[in-house]
Amino acid sequence: MLFYIFALLAILSAAYLVLTRNLLYAGFSLLVTLLSVAGIYVLLFADFVAVVQLMVYVGGVLVLILFGIMLSSRVHDKSVLSESVNKGWGISIALLLLVGLVYSIGQTSFNTLPWLQGNADDVLGLQKSTVQSIGIKLMTDFVLPFEVASLLLLIALMGAAYIATDKPKV
Amino acid sequence: MEQIPLEHILILSAVLFSLGILAVITKRHAVVVLMGIELIFNAANLNLVAFSRHDSSLLQGQLFSLFVIIVVAAEAAVALAIVLRVYQHFKTAYLNQIVGDEHKS
Repeated sequence: MLFYIFALLAILSAAYLVLTRNLLYAGFSLLVTLLSVAGIYVLLFADFVAVVQLMVYVGGVLVLILFGIMLSSRVHDKSVLSESVNKGWGISIALLLLVGLVYSIGQTSFNTLPWLQGNADDVLGLQKSTVQSIGIKLMTDFVLPFEVASLLLLIALMGAAYIATDKPKV
Repeated sequence: MEQIPLEHILILSAVLFSLGILAVITKRHAVVVLMGIELIFNAANLNLVAFSRHDSSLLQGQLFSLFVIIVVAAEAAVALAIVLRVYQHFKTAYLNQIVGDEHKS
């Protein structure tokens, strides 16, 4: 029941993001979408991913997007509005994708897949959270992607700072 | 607590993905296009976490979605820096008003 409330919230706010012309309204409806997706993560036994979603998306990416809106538009004129273009093509491509995806999901019988047979209720087992096993896995099986991710974040930090600063014209 | 059917989660993420594609195609402002890309990433993450529920002890889907979130953070920072440079250079962030210097009369 809670899942359907969160799903309805996510779909409605994402649709409002697409429909609205105001940039700030779009940003705040993206906030509602991200929060309801975090709620769905909690319902899917992924508490650590939900907390990371809250911290990185809502605390980081969304604030960055709001700063991008404020810095890249003059608020006193009409430029915080964003009209739509390519409406026919966009709606037809998105509808085609949606119908194809829903049709293929409906055609697939997930219950017969052998690796989905495991009962999903005791995913946590005796421990009540996934934090400990995620930490152990990050330091053993996934240590190479973990370090590569830290390198990627460092490169992105330096690249963003280099791009965004004012350089003297040479 | 009753089990959430896998198909419903997949259909939800398909709807979010289509709305993200719609935002990417139809919106003119570069920041709203970035928001559409965030919607697409969220749809992909939802699929990963939904299938990870059946992977009882390995948690590979959740770890993969964590790395996806890291890549999204890096992408958003660099993309917004590029949007700011474009705004400073062309004095607009609307994608259909950006024209090169040689086309300006």
